[in-house]
Amino acid sequence: MSASPRVHIPWFPAVLVVALGLALTFLTLPVVAIFVDRTPAQLIDALGERGALDALWLSLRATAMSLAIILLVGTPAAYLLATRSFRGKSVVVTLVELPLVLPPAVAGIALLAALSPSGIVGGAVEGVGIDLVFETAGVVVALTFVASPFYVRQAMAAFAAVDRTLLDASRTLGASEARSFARVMIPSAMPGLAAGTALALGRALGEFGATLMFAGSLEGVTQTVPLAIYDRFSSNFDAALALSAVLVAVSAAILISVKLVHGSEALGGAAR
Amino acid sequence: MRCVVLVLAAVALASPGCGDDEGEASSGDGPPLVVSAASSMTEALEACSPAFEDAAVRLQFAGSDELAAQIRQGAKPDVYAAANTDLPEELHREGLLSRPVEFATNELVLAVPKDSEIDALDDLTRADVKVVMGSESVPIGAYTRKTLAKLPRDEEEAILANVRSNEPDVKGIVGKLSQGAADAGFVYVTDVKAADRALEAVELPVDLQPTVTYGVGVVDGAEHPGEARMFARQLVDGPCADALEEAGFGPAQK
Repeated sequence: MSASPRVHIPWFPAVLVVALGLALTFLTLPVVAIFVDRTPAQLIDALGERGALDALWLSLRATAMSLAIILLVGTPAAYLLATRSFRGKSVVVTLVELPLVLPPAVAGIALLAALSPSGIVGGAVEGVGIDLVFETAGVVVALTFVASPFYVRQAMAAFAAVDRTLLDASRTLGASEARSFARVMIPSAMPGLAAGTALALGRALGEFGATLMFAGSLEGVTQTVPLAIYDRFSSNFDAALALSAVLVAVSAAILISVKLVHGSEALGGAAR
Repeated sequence: MRCVVLVLAAVALASPGCGDDEGEASSGDGPPLVVSAASSMTEALEACSPAFEDAAVRLQFAGSDELAAQIRQGAKPDVYAAANTDLPEELHREGLLSRPVEFATNELVLAVPKDSEIDALDDLTRADVKVVMGSESVPIGAYTRKTLAKLPRDEEEAILANVRSNEPDVKGIVGKLSQGAADAGFVYVTDVKAADRALEAVELPVDLQPTVTYGVGVVDGAEHPGEARMFARQLVDGPCADALEEAGFGPAQK
């Protein structure tokens, strides 16, 4: 390598600092650019623009519904995967994680191929009277599909990291597995579960491609904030920027509140 | 230092690829010529551009409005070919584009899935029909709204009430139709032709049809203005004009 052992300047720490500086500049510059030249008053004005509040309200509603589904189904599923071993478990885990690496366009096409009226189970979905394409329910499906692996992955890691002696003690004292799950496992895994929730929430709030392809784009029904931003991008760049700023603020608020409630280890420690 | 070189190399490697709804293709010899063109010309221009001898044409397709917004934000393709004349005229007035030239026309039609029972505009007023159209900011959406505005007020409102999605480009409309998710959508006749028999076109009454004229210009500050002018010229008369005609476009009114 270029630095010979005889050189006494501490080159390695310098490399680390430079790398962090590059990363920090690269990651924050575009976000800062959104806020440059815009006063908070202008941002609030932009929210008054037709459709902007509708989009925000829809995004929050759809994300909340999707998170409810993810937590309700994802938590027990992750618990099972973290505490049992069975044949083919690694295949199951891989399948559950697969949407993590799918491009949004693939997710959109896949959802259409499966659930649209001409999709492989579209007839059955229609049969029970559920419309997904062009409906808010379709947005929730798209968000859930792309965001749930983020939660399940974190939840699995969090459950697996809980000290087994805690669970064993609870069982020895006569608690049923369901009771131990609720009283011991969930509280012990809470920082990891919160981190997973925050990641899934962030992913759901920012979802774009799958929503557009699967659910469409209609104000108040399927046009979430990212779709509204895209819709304004060409016709009204300032409005698009303002709406982007709102999304940044909301996302940052979520990130910060998770860190405040569960300590900074909630998100930092989640990587294990 | 090495890090910087690495980062630059990574950026250089990544730069030819672009956003998720843009297609690109390059061809021919000579200097690279970047052509930003409306999505509706995808098939025709991909077919004719390899024959352009004066430059290696790199095609970028997206909604005309999106391409215009990129140019306003400082992007410098050589040629800008839009699905209307308003956007090139606006860019020309802003000093970003040469005086635009009209090179083709298209026809707005009602597209329906094959074997659909819908065969007239009136059918769209029924309460259970799912209609998709272009968003107001894209030319296809603007033309559609202009056409609907010529209908009696109650008919226009009934159709607009059936709109289930305002798509950011024609591909979104065609996709929803061919998946059977929507019953009818407003697209160009060339899109129906390109959809390869999955869709059928219902022609609109002549008095409702908007004039859909395509305009092209050379971007101010283009790297290869000479080649760009030649490319624009053969859109009016030359291999690409023929390919456009083949795809169902009409010639520009002289």
